[in-house]
Amino acid sequence: METIITLLVGILVSVATYLLLSKNLIRVVLGTAILSHAVHLLLMTMGGLKIGSVPILGDQVETYTDALPQALILTAIVISFAVTAFFLVLVYRTYQSTGTDNLYELKGSKDE
Amino acid sequence: MNNILVFPMVLPIIAGVLLLFFRSNPNIQRWGSILTMIVVFLISLWILQQVMIQGILRLDFGEWLPPFGITFVADAFAMLLVTASSLVSILCLLYAAFAKDEKREHFFLYPFLLLLVAGVNGSFLTGDLFNLFVCFEVMLLASYVLMTLGGEKKQLTEGIKYILINILSSWLFLLGMAYLYGTLGTLNMAHLSVRIAEAGQPPLLTTISILFLVVFSLKAGLVLYFWLPGSYGALPTAVSALFAALLTKVGVYALFRFFTLLFYHEPSVTHTMIGWMAIATMVGGSLGAIAYKDIRKIAAYNVVIAIGFILVGLASFNYEAIQGSIYYLIHDILLKGMLFLLIGTVIYVSGKTRLDQASGLIANYPLFGWMFLIMLLSLGGIPPFSGFAGKLLIGQGAIGAQEYVMVATAFLSSLFVLYSLLRIFLNMFWGETSIRLKDQMHLSKGTLAPLLILAVLTTGLGLGMGILAPYVSEAANVLMNPELYIEKALNHK
Repeated sequence: METIITLLVGILVSVATYLLLSKNLIRVVLGTAILSHAVHLLLMTMGGLKIGSVPILGDQVETYTDALPQALILTAIVISFAVTAFFLVLVYRTYQSTGTDNLYELKGSKDE
Repeated sequence: MNNILVFPMVLPIIAGVLLLFFRSNPNIQRWGSILTMIVVFLISLWILQQVMIQGILRLDFGEWLPPFGITFVADAFAMLLVTASSLVSILCLLYAAFAKDEKREHFFLYPFLLLLVAGVNGSFLTGDLFNLFVCFEVMLLASYVLMTLGGEKKQLTEGIKYILINILSSWLFLLGMAYLYGTLGTLNMAHLSVRIAEAGQPPLLTTISILFLVVFSLKAGLVLYFWLPGSYGALPTAVSALFAALLTKVGVYALFRFFTLLFYHEPSVTHTMIGWMAIATMVGGSLGAIAYKDIRKIAAYNVVIAIGFILVGLASFNYEAIQGSIYYLIHDILLKGMLFLLIGTVIYVSGKTRLDQASGLIANYPLFGWMFLIMLLSLGGIPPFSGFAGKLLIGQGAIGAQEYVMVATAFLSSLFVLYSLLRIFLNMFWGETSIRLKDQMHLSKGTLAPLLILAVLTTGLGLGMGILAPYVSEAANVLMNPELYIEKALNHK
């Protein structure tokens, strides 16, 4: 199971890399979103995927699920949600004021 | 008792949220935020004293004992940086309060400045890796907003690059953390250190440490500084001063923590790498500093050079060099704030951003001109000012470690710092006055006050290095002997 998820993470990262390298700003934003999903999955996998146990350790319990990765991912998801939201607004605002969403046309200013 | 440790982070957050409700009253915003930072500064001074008396302090949140809960650990190194950063933020806020940029003030400039400081202080204090990530993000989100606040075209386009590079480095941070948790099963820094020492840092862990090196190099601008000059050039004065003083320093702090507390078993790999990166940074920064005529660019490349210089101390990895780095780090937090405030003020009074477009400013503003001279001498490391002790100790340490290439590059880079800033001084302050006295912009005493305080501080710290000495040697002692940190950060009372 871990191997399959790790492979999935690899696929997600390659998709995200492809999107990040494109000129279109919206694609770049989508790329960052997918990139963060990939690393959240990886965090989960690294904590170990166990099926059917509870995250409580007691005397009678033989196996338990490590709850920490879940907590970490929850926090990381909230953060990446906030960053993506901000980034989307910024991209829209940039589009409004420069009239373009092509990264090549947003290169440094002319007076340099 | 140790609950006071949380105040340097929580007070700015509370004040920042409260100030959101006083949008229509800029005076409450201005003086409220300054007052908060003064309180934070006094509290951190007090904690620093307590650390010197009682040793390293720790706060376990919710009584969860380490390594299970999140902890704040205050050692002398962290507290020195918290104190210095609180001090410089007071001065930057003071400058902002007198600069009266009402358009930005109306859109919550001060709350976001406070949140930025909260993230910075939290990053210094935390003893938990994931909490470090969260504090980084608090700081970064506030910096994204400050970066783009005002909505000028240049800010927006530079903001996109800045955010993108930081999203990428946060991603690498999470990646490194996932691997570290997968291999060691803990995220408490002291506990990580114990487990790495038990495992003897095998190649796998060294590889992970290099991943973290990349992450923090991106934040600190070590070799990977290409995002820095453009984005710092687009900011209003007070914000750019705070960015230059604090943001890269958090990356430097994290590098010091990681490579003295966690990954110190293979210095021939990691610390050699840091050394070469520091050399590359100083060379690149020096070239940048003399290549441009835009004074904001010159100032930004000076930030880069200083990062390389501080990390020479980490790369040499002995007691003197680490001590020197701590001196220089404190000095640099104050002086980079001053440099950017001065550069911003030059642009404000002359209306020009290139050094060949104005001249003779010292005739119009004598006090201001002399402060610029003090700042540039101090950054160059000339004796009576605060840059000297740090440079001397880093040099001694690096010679002790027989890193002669690093020593040579470090001191050559100081010459480049002096040259690049002297060029600004000679071109813009000396020569024929280009602004007639009756046309000159009025520089209020309030704007000059923070600059004057910084000039006094750098002179005072230079002459009275003895005051800082016990704190710095205690900080270096803990950094060089990780077991001191581990013992205090993990023990169950």
